[in-house]
Amino acid sequence: MDFFVQQIAAGLTSGAIYACVALGLVMIYVSTDHINFAQGEMAMFATYLAWAMIDAGLPYWIAFGLTVAVAFAGGLFIQRVVLKPLENAPVLALVVCFIALLSIFNALAGMIWSYTIKQFPSPFPARDVFGNGLVSVQQLGVVAVTLVMLGLLTVFFRYTTLGLAMRAAAQNATSARLMGVRVSWMLALGWGLAAAIGAIAGMLVAPIVFLDPNMMTGILVYGFAGALVGGIGNPLGAVAGGFIVGVLENLVGSYVIGNELKLTFALIVVVGVLLLKPAGIFGRVIVKRV
Amino acid sequence: MTQEAAALLSVRGVSVRFGGVVALDDVTFDVQPGQIAGLIGPNGAGKTTLFNCLSRLYTPSSGEILFEGTSVLATPRHKIAALGIGRTFQNVALFDRLTVLENVMVGRHSRTVASFAATALRLPTATREFRAARDRAEDLIDFMDLRNVAHWPAGGLPFPIRKRVELARALAAEPKLLLLDEPAAGLNHDEVHTLEGQIRRVRDVQGVTVLLVEHHMSLVMSVSDKVVTINFGRKIAEGTPAEVRRNPEVIRAYLGAEAA
Repeated sequence: MDFFVQQIAAGLTSGAIYACVALGLVMIYVSTDHINFAQGEMAMFATYLAWAMIDAGLPYWIAFGLTVAVAFAGGLFIQRVVLKPLENAPVLALVVCFIALLSIFNALAGMIWSYTIKQFPSPFPARDVFGNGLVSVQQLGVVAVTLVMLGLLTVFFRYTTLGLAMRAAAQNATSARLMGVRVSWMLALGWGLAAAIGAIAGMLVAPIVFLDPNMMTGILVYGFAGALVGGIGNPLGAVAGGFIVGVLENLVGSYVIGNELKLTFALIVVVGVLLLKPAGIFGRVIVKRV
Repeated sequence: MTQEAAALLSVRGVSVRFGGVVALDDVTFDVQPGQIAGLIGPNGAGKTTLFNCLSRLYTPSSGEILFEGTSVLATPRHKIAALGIGRTFQNVALFDRLTVLENVMVGRHSRTVASFAATALRLPTATREFRAARDRAEDLIDFMDLRNVAHWPAGGLPFPIRKRVELARALAAEPKLLLLDEPAAGLNHDEVHTLEGQIRRVRDVQGVTVLLVEHHMSLVMSVSDKVVTINFGRKIAEGTPAEVRRNPEVIRAYLGAEAA
């Protein structure tokens, strides 16, 4: 029973990180209809920035805040400079562009910080919460950060005029423009938010998997799985999907298929969801009129 | 002419060509403040094209459109709402996954100024603006009689109600001029009657000047102070409903040559 509870707790912890990655993917998907394959590498790069700041002597939380801010500006910048000129380009051109961004960030990180694995500090102690070896403060902290972020995003999208304008722009660009919404800036904001969320995911996962330029590759697949399970157009669903994938992966890994096949499990989830329920558990089927 | 100087909207010699097709040919007319003006014409006459020029979806090949003396054509599309021109669409372009109340609130966007920084930091301005937008939206929900559906997603509502939501959304921006594109299309007799009252109340209570494109003759003739008729892209008549109804060219356009 203890082992089972431990697995659930570990599953929720990795689920929280998948949820962050999924949330970043959804943020860009709902505003532009595209899947950003570079989401993971952007997060990894931001985490390196945080590492460099901490290495230079900044306290953890200041480095954390600065990294989120820099990542936000970086996301905004990428949309304005790289993607805005491709506004009317075919989808394939964008896919190639995302893959290019992926390898650029990967190579840049390797070039600047080398490919040797680095240790990344955690703000949460590894100590137990209840003193019985079941749940650690670190695990609780990761889940808490994810939930707080989800809460802030919900408030932003529900209770601010800007959040409302972003949702409107994503749903009907022409109408939104006529209401005075600057649609293209709303897309840039979406990118900024996605990059900031990614940076948080990176900083949460780095103490667990250690920091190296390929750290997010596997996690991005889990993030995809989470986003798809929850329904790729639904932020709340993406977070739920992330947690579901995290817990399932851990249980299936420890009881059924062993740790080596965990990533395969995530890919099976991706294929399975696309085959059986493409809209995801919480997603809506969208009928396009042509 | 003094009358021209006082016009709220002034369309001057506007022509639109799509390749070799002339959709609008040198159309000129004025709309005075406080007027309800009707724009009529047979199918394909160029009415919607003219509307799309007014809201900057199309750019005319020549001509000028002045709103309170400011050139509409020199104003970028996202500033049109701030200029004071609102519109509704023939096919109703709502934000389907937002609630009715949220749709109306987005309509107010051009009147809100909170920057991202202010919003992110939850500064008092951002919350105050959100509340002000919601209060105004709530008023319009009542004005357009949408209280029962205020918290429903707009996507699932019946067509006549969606049209009312769109009208409320357009009013949220506090426009001086409201462009209504076929507001009566798809409505039954009773609904058209209600609409007529609503258009009058928009002008009388909200103080908004209205320009409507409409096929529904009895609605246009009863609600308008002035009617402009176009056919094949050219203006063929302008005047009070009674004058336009007697105009031989209008009769010919609608009923064929023998009737005239």
